[in-house]
Amino acid sequence: MADPLKVRDARDVETAVRWAIAQSKTLEIVGRGSKRALGRPAQWDATLDLSALNGVTLYEPEELVLTAQAGTPLREIESLVDRSNQELAFEPMDYGPLLGMPHGRSSIGGAIVTNLSGPRRIKAGAARDHFLGFSGVSGRGETFKSGGRVVKNVTGYDLCKLMAGSWGTLAALTEITIKVLPRAETEMTLVVQGLVDAGAAKAMAAAMGSPCDVSGAAHLPARVAAQLLPGLGAGKAATVFRIEGVEPSVVHRARVLSELMKSYGALAMVEPQRSRHLWRAIRDVTPFGADGPVGTYPVWRISTAPTEGAELARLISEDIEAEFIFDWAGGLIWAVLAPSDDAGEAIVRAATTICGGHAMLVRAPAAIRAMVPVFAPEEGALAALTARVKHGFDPQGALNPGRMWAGI
Amino acid sequence: MVTMPKPDAAVLARREAIVKALRAIVPGEGVIASEREMKPYESDGLTAYRQMPMVVVLPSTTGQVSAVLKYCHDNGIKVVPRGAGTSLSGGALPLGDGVLLGMAKFNRIHSIDYANRVAVVGPGVTNLAVSTAVAHAGFYYAPDPSSQIACTIGGNVAENSGGVHCLKYGMTTNNVLGCELVLINGEILRFGGKHLDSAGYDLLGIITGSEGLLGVVTEITVRLLKKPETARAVLVGFYSSEDAGECVSKIIGAGIIPGGMEMMDKPAIHAVEEFVHAGYPLDVEALLIVELDGPGAEVNHLIERIDRIAKQCRATSCKVSNSEEERLLFWAGRKAAFPAVGRISPDYYCMDGTIPRAKLPLVLARMREMSAKYELGVANVFHAGDGNLHPLILYDANKPGELERCEAFGAEILRLCVEVGGVLTGEHGVGVEKRDLMPVMFTEEDLKQQQRLKCAFDDKGLLNPGKVFPTLHRCAELGRMHVHHGQTAFPDLPRF
Ligand SMILES: Cc1cc2nc3c(=O)[nH]c(=O)nc-3n(C[C@H](O)[C@H](O)[C@H](O)COP(=O)(O)OP(=O)(O)OC[C@H]3O[C@@H](n4cnc5c(N)ncnc54)[C@H](O)[C@@H]3O)c2cc1C
Repeated sequence: MADPLKVRDARDVETAVRWAIAQSKTLEIVGRGSKRALGRPAQWDATLDLSALNGVTLYEPEELVLTAQAGTPLREIESLVDRSNQELAFEPMDYGPLLGMPHGRSSIGGAIVTNLSGPRRIKAGAARDHFLGFSGVSGRGETFKSGGRVVKNVTGYDLCKLMAGSWGTLAALTEITIKVLPRAETEMTLVVQGLVDAGAAKAMAAAMGSPCDVSGAAHLPARVAAQLLPGLGAGKAATVFRIEGVEPSVVHRARVLSELMKSYGALAMVEPQRSRHLWRAIRDVTPFGADGPVGTYPVWRISTAPTEGAELARLISEDIEAEFIFDWAGGLIWAVLAPSDDAGEAIVRAATTICGGHAMLVRAPAAIRAMVPVFAPEEGALAALTARVKHGFDPQGALNPGRMWAGI
Repeated sequence: MVTMPKPDAAVLARREAIVKALRAIVPGEGVIASEREMKPYESDGLTAYRQMPMVVVLPSTTGQVSAVLKYCHDNGIKVVPRGAGTSLSGGALPLGDGVLLGMAKFNRIHSIDYANRVAVVGPGVTNLAVSTAVAHAGFYYAPDPSSQIACTIGGNVAENSGGVHCLKYGMTTNNVLGCELVLINGEILRFGGKHLDSAGYDLLGIITGSEGLLGVVTEITVRLLKKPETARAVLVGFYSSEDAGECVSKIIGAGIIPGGMEMMDKPAIHAVEEFVHAGYPLDVEALLIVELDGPGAEVNHLIERIDRIAKQCRATSCKVSNSEEERLLFWAGRKAAFPAVGRISPDYYCMDGTIPRAKLPLVLARMREMSAKYELGVANVFHAGDGNLHPLILYDANKPGELERCEAFGAEILRLCVEVGGVLTGEHGVGVEKRDLMPVMFTEEDLKQQQRLKCAFDDKGLLNPGKVFPTLHRCAELGRMHVHHGQTAFPDLPRF
């Protein structure tokens, strides 16, 4: 492994980056290391370990804001806000189960720069939508900040959006401010049984187009349904809808939604506790987990228009043996494919070209991730703009170069 | 007053040739060069600033936008994009040596896709037109600036506009999924679409709120939401703004995020009540409008809880809307706040800072002191849920020195917002208005880093210069690397 540099504070980050620039070295930026197996496996000269930047520096539940040092464990933040009946509404997933890493190890910084989200993405947004401000060190070795600690702010460019999803290639963030929101008092899940993929897409569109304020809509194939909903309609696919809120509202909406869904298939209702476990499993894609029957197979994360999800999956399965979990009302596809030389890259990219959207290879042996594009490739004017943006923040390519694409 | 970049005499000398070249790209009435016809474009919603453009161009296709921008890029001509011109920060203020690029002709809704809950629209479509087009199917577009009859989606994207419902439903940035953007060099790019999240850098997120400095938006994909089953509003009066502020905090602390939560102070209540007769109590210092939306069962349940919280916070009156007419009447007052204040004063100046909500009583008290010091009245409307203040400073532009006093008053309010942990602008943008206050919130390094992003999009600084950034730097200068001497040794950090 590359030489590790364990920083003590934000000043150390600046020092380390300046050293890297002066020495023409490259740095791997690591929060708590939970996602090191994601992205392209590039070679870096040194590892910048931010885990000592630890601690919540501001939490004001009634202002809906929280500030933490970037290396603070996400888990700690989640349990802190839980005590005030709040949550991170973007429901950040844990890549631990999929990647075969210890569970719950992400830092807040890692969650933000990879723009994590979960099933509630369709209602509440992703990390990008809850990211209010930061301080960090650019690849020029300069400390800068953007945003603020209030939930409404348009002062200057919204650099938070750019940092969310930049995978540490633009700056090493040292401090992060996010929006927190009240946690729902209760939840229930409605299950519609036995739908084929295309039928499920229609049912999910109908539910999302209803006033039931669905906060999770997913379609699980029979094997996955049997695993996540044991004892419920064995051998059948399950299309599941989460409804959250105050008790009288949840009861009412569950009734309205049942009425709407009864023409689609047999219905069942899942109680709050089981519902929570179900959505956590969907969030973390545990049925495709590293310790399960498909644990060594490649996994893709594909985002497309919800109505295209079923067709996209069909196109892939025409060419390779595959299993799919559909989240985001059909717009997010987790695809596990039979092993192949390119982890199915050509097939998946061909399908996204036809149906629209983009795909990321989230699990595959390092050798394959080094060989095929992990992130959707960019071309022409867009690739050139991406390169200019990178250059503006990190002209020498000192920060996580090659993590997303070669040369970025 | 903020000073704008000096017009380039060399460009002005070529005006005739430039107009001719632009006419070759956009034929017919798409190029306006006569003084009389250009007059309506000389200012936007920040009317204290006026400037005639060199020429107005109204393209109607993306191809024309691309050709115009490429021509301007090749010839070193500045460009100011414009939607409906309702910006309150001077974002669309023309430049004397620049092209004003009006996007009004891009006023078509291209497609509506209910199954995916999105609409694809031109940037010149008005905000309200989107909701109107989908209302029959029970959908709407959530961000609802008070200017929604007039302002355009392109302007909303450029300003990242909000509205009274953005605490619950987000600002523009949380409600757009894709766009087509033309760079100043004429390149046409597409970001996002009907799917969620970006494949690479979130460039859509950076375009949103970029105030026309990064590119010209020619198409937008917006998210549609299903209308809630019902909505009811509660009107709550308080003898002190402290009590009202406490009530807002307690509502949020109780886990309730209302669809809208607005506050008005006494001067605003009085101006409004005289104007629209909404039935607002006149014996209170602060008035809250809290709107709940969702299924009836939920709304009624939450209204009971809010009623209890209001009483704990010493509310003097609490009225719940019992019909749709009554709900709209409660809002009519708030929505007419600007024109109502316009009736009691020859001119008013609308400010837009955000503060941590707990600082409200302090900020209001300090504002009263400033009001005495500058001898100008102030009325406050306030997006209470998210701490976004709109102080309206009353002045008379015809009285010598009043505009200057008013601007100084406004600047002092915004400095105070930053001092208490808030920001210069919550939704109206920096534009020219708050440009020179940027150093109050940002360091030189912060601003330079933002400008380096600008360089990635606009290497010659031709798009909307003079807005947002107090100092213009050349991209070559910004790009230069600082060599940090003495940083050549391996840093002295503990290792594993
Ligand atoms: C009475 C009144 C009430 C208001 N209420 C609110 C409110 O509640 N909330 C709120 O957020 N704002 C409010 N505003 C401010 C204003 O309406 C918004 O900022 C609005 O989004 C501006 O839209 P516009 O089409 O008028 O844009 P313009 O004023 O024409 O332009 C605004 C900025 O956008 C840029 N721009 C415009 N179109 C494009 C394009 N296609 N591509 C790139 N850049 C472009 C311009 O260069 C400029 O910098 C209010 C204004 C008024 C007058």
